[in-house]
Amino acid sequence: MDMILDVRKAGFHYDPVRTIFSEISFSLAEEEVLCILGPNGIGKSTLIRCLANLNPLCAGTIQLHGNNIRSLPHRDVAKVIGYVPQAHEIVFPFPVRDFVLMGRAPHLGHFASPGREDGAKADAAIDLVGIRKIADKPVSAISGGEYQLAMIARALAQEPEVLLLDEPTSHLDFGNQIRVLEIIDRLATEGLSVIMSSHFPDHAFLTSNNVAIMQHGSFMAYGLAEEVVTEENLKETYGVDVSISYSHTVDRHVCVPHRAGPCRCHGHHATACTGKGAVFKASVR
Amino acid sequence: MSETPAERSDARRVLCKRAGRIWDVLFVPAAKPVLIYCLLPVLIFLSLFIGRYDVNPVHVVLLLAAPVVNLLPENVLHIYPVWSAAEANVIYQIRLPRVIAAVLVGAGLSMAGAAYQGLFKNPLVSPDILGVASGAGFGAALAILLSWNMAMIQISAFAFGILAVTVTYLISRMYRTTPTLVLVLSGIIVGAFFTALISLTKYVADPYEKLPAITFWLMGSLASVRYEDIVMIVPFFLAAAIILLLIRWRINILAVGDDEARALGIDTKRMAQTIIVCSTLITASAVCIAGIIGWVGLVVPHLGRMLVGPDYTRLLPVCLLLGACYLLIIDDLARMLTNAEIPLGILTAIIGAPFFAYLLGRRSVGWI
Repeated sequence: MDMILDVRKAGFHYDPVRTIFSEISFSLAEEEVLCILGPNGIGKSTLIRCLANLNPLCAGTIQLHGNNIRSLPHRDVAKVIGYVPQAHEIVFPFPVRDFVLMGRAPHLGHFASPGREDGAKADAAIDLVGIRKIADKPVSAISGGEYQLAMIARALAQEPEVLLLDEPTSHLDFGNQIRVLEIIDRLATEGLSVIMSSHFPDHAFLTSNNVAIMQHGSFMAYGLAEEVVTEENLKETYGVDVSISYSHTVDRHVCVPHRAGPCRCHGHHATACTGKGAVFKASVR
Repeated sequence: MSETPAERSDARRVLCKRAGRIWDVLFVPAAKPVLIYCLLPVLIFLSLFIGRYDVNPVHVVLLLAAPVVNLLPENVLHIYPVWSAAEANVIYQIRLPRVIAAVLVGAGLSMAGAAYQGLFKNPLVSPDILGVASGAGFGAALAILLSWNMAMIQISAFAFGILAVTVTYLISRMYRTTPTLVLVLSGIIVGAFFTALISLTKYVADPYEKLPAITFWLMGSLASVRYEDIVMIVPFFLAAAIILLLIRWRINILAVGDDEARALGIDTKRMAQTIIVCSTLITASAVCIAGIIGWVGLVVPHLGRMLVGPDYTRLLPVCLLLGACYLLIIDDLARMLTNAEIPLGILTAIIGAPFFAYLLGRRSVGWI
């Protein structure tokens, strides 16, 4: 299978004394969705920034269709890779349509403004993520979920082959998280490759075929979601107990955290309380 | 007249409402561009026959049309001088250069301010954020102190303005992180340094002759602008303005964020350099013929944003026109309000500040 991205022994540090990550190797195939899990501050965002050619690697290489990404002009990289950063404040209230239209930049000359065809492509991207209703609103007046979708639409207007999403579901409510993941899933089945970082192991089962867990400055585990997202790996990564089981109701694996302390439910529910919490309670008494 | 306070406040509310409605009618989307584009020619014309010396408005039109019309063969159409020599002198030697300078300086400063606000992602930035005005001010003050002639004062102002921004840029290059923030900080450093040098120059200057000259120069005026000055700065102005207009759509992307702009394939470093060079050329040339004129570059972009929104493809041309109109009005007031000329730098703030405060209360700007 043709590999779009090929990462070999990648390493990065801001300050030579403190390495962010090193010796990371993986490759991304067409239509593949790779989910990067890992604790806060481990360097997931930095890795994604390196893949987007925003930070230069300190060691190793990233090859884009067989060419070193550093040797390519930003413009050419932007035609293949769409980057969706974490949400941040925008000072000037551009309307959503103008904001999405900015995604056409890599396809336009230095002195050009977007034309009718670019407008049509931006509108198509807006329809694809389903934010037509808010297309004329200023980005300062829409919700966090809508803003996330607007940023995804902007990246889609780039017509990329790879979409890099930095924690696309953070700051979103439960419904919006699932909606964003559904859109990512649909884009992947339509031929886009996706790399995203997430804080929720469940998201890996929802959308991804491959998962990488980042720990101690490298990939601790990398492979199929069912093989990588295990009770042992999650315990080691996050230091919490979880159960992973197959749910026949939703036809996929689910990841359920254990209760840390004693059960605080009363009344008729109390009888249903067994397992760790109950044992803990009993042993205290 | 016995009027209760309640009635009075009612009357005021009605008046306010009516004023608001007039504003809304004036600025309906379709009327906006037409209105903005028509305003400048009307103001230019008005500015030419406003002043101490009365000139017949018909004569103004004939005077302006004559050089063009008389290019045609004499038997087709010809304008014969019906005006007096004094009228021709007032229009061509005094008012026209002044009007042209006001248009250039106002348009230029507004565009430079708008471009900087996008580059620094900050609506409170003005064209002298990188120290160009303090540098140019020192250049002029030094030249006056050393009794150099007018041309040398201008050249010195221009050179020191460019020097100040160059130093600011070099200081910011010493640190590699968060380029725009460091740029603003080094601009403050360089600005403070040159402001101190201006004070030093004033302190050692002869208090009867040179100190007032320096002080008046720093307050800004278009009273002594000549054609030679305009010819000198026009190439810089045109080149910088055209480049800014050409890259204006991309300033939008830069205004959203540096990382995102780079991820969208934009060479942010080169783009920042382009904007800084263009804005500096414009501001330095404006300061060297007109002295330091604050507020225009800060207020006009906001006015533009309220009218056409934040998109630079529409905002930059509108800033160009509005800036020209704004400075024309200010300059007309400067020469008409009192017997003596009021320095421009004073009027731009005295009129600009309350007007800006009113606008902020009246229209939502988006970023507050």
